[in-house]
Amino acid sequence: MRIKVDAEKCEGHSRCYSLAPELVDVDDLGNAFELNDGEVPAGLEDKARLIVDNCPEFAITIEE
Amino acid sequence: MADTRNPVENLADDYDIFDPEYVNDPVPAWADLRGRCPIAHTERWGGSWLPTRYDDIQALAKMVPELSSANPGPIVIDIPEEFRQPEHEGYNGASPITADPPEQTWTRRALLPHFTPKAIEPQRVYTEALCHELIDGFIGASGCDGAVDYAQQIPPRVIAHKLGVNGDMVDDFIEWVRGVLELGLTRPELRVKYGNIIRDFFATEVTDRRQNPKDDLITALCQTEVDGELLPDEVVIGMCNLQLVAGIDTTWSSIGSAIWHFAGHEDDRRRMAEADDALWDTAIEEMLRFYSPVTMARNALEDVEYGDVTFCKGDKILMNFPGANHDPEVFDDPDTVILDRQRNRHIAFGSGIHRCAGSNLARMEMQVALRTWFERIPEFTLADPGAVTWAGGQVRGPRILPLKIG
Repeated sequence: MRIKVDAEKCEGHSRCYSLAPELVDVDDLGNAFELNDGEVPAGLEDKARLIVDNCPEFAITIEE
Repeated sequence: MADTRNPVENLADDYDIFDPEYVNDPVPAWADLRGRCPIAHTERWGGSWLPTRYDDIQALAKMVPELSSANPGPIVIDIPEEFRQPEHEGYNGASPITADPPEQTWTRRALLPHFTPKAIEPQRVYTEALCHELIDGFIGASGCDGAVDYAQQIPPRVIAHKLGVNGDMVDDFIEWVRGVLELGLTRPELRVKYGNIIRDFFATEVTDRRQNPKDDLITALCQTEVDGELLPDEVVIGMCNLQLVAGIDTTWSSIGSAIWHFAGHEDDRRRMAEADDALWDTAIEEMLRFYSPVTMARNALEDVEYGDVTFCKGDKILMNFPGANHDPEVFDDPDTVILDRQRNRHIAFGSGIHRCAGSNLARMEMQVALRTWFERIPEFTLADPGAVTWAGGQVRGPRILPLKIG
């Protein structure tokens, strides 16, 4: 599983970073980007789905 | 302006965001409108539009700049011509909240680095000590006012600490912010008066930091360059103004609403008294969703068609983020507080380019304020439910909140 943060849509709400710092980090403006090229480590799939479902900008998608 | 003493007959064409019934509980009004007239209109208070569906509010928040945040700004009632001060408006007013791109873009980029999750972390230790100190002041008594003695006291001190101004200014800050946004919302002459007091105060601070740099936000903004030029004083003063008008009564409303909720809902209170980190995270998001305090306004720069309605040039459109967060199309059982709600795509902090720049700071304050409260005061109830008062309009939260401790 991979996640993708759309930098055009992200507005820096930081919900993903708060819920899953293993999967995303934030830059100097507070906007999110994927760690490990978006690769979701085994066992963190539910967290990946959680950050998709909690992004107010619909900026995160999953590629299975 | 419409005579507000006339009772509201039909919400669809005559809603009143200052009506006491709406202020005390706006949820039934949104539910009614969502089903039959999802974008309502009123002539009251100079006129405005009130969308109530999540998808509409998300879309409208992204219609920039035709739905503008710049002149005359994000307040629903305009300042009459005789009181206006154009030099203090637009991106000089309280950037980036009072600006459209391109000014919104460079002012926001100047501000955001100071409000990332990592940048606000140093405020956490200060906030924890502050919350304990406030509780020390009343924990020996049988009760306190959860709004006046606690919620209201936290954000102005955290903001003063971050700005680097004297903590003795807190009572003044509270008075000024209420002057601008609570009393001043419907009385523009007060909004101007207190706005000028705030600008004068920060003008002095900015002059001081230009000569005597310190380790604080005002200094950092004074030293910020955009395209090789330092930010002008007017813009820095406006950004300092933003810290007060956007960072104080908003967060105190959220903290107060949560305390009000738990004081009146024993099952939820008991659950939070034993909550783990995961439950605290979802519970705070649920409080933000259910009791979202902030409704911004936009101004149509031109005639704008949206769905079945036409916003005419000059019309006000309310960014009803609180109403969006109760939309059953997006949230299961939206009018019930579900402390462990897992899917919570709420927009309490807005959406799009004007997402609350201080949202990370506000969330930290809510976490610390509520967790410290529950650690020290796990048992509390409403001492006199009928005595609770709510402020409303564009920032909603309890202002008088008598509690019984123990």
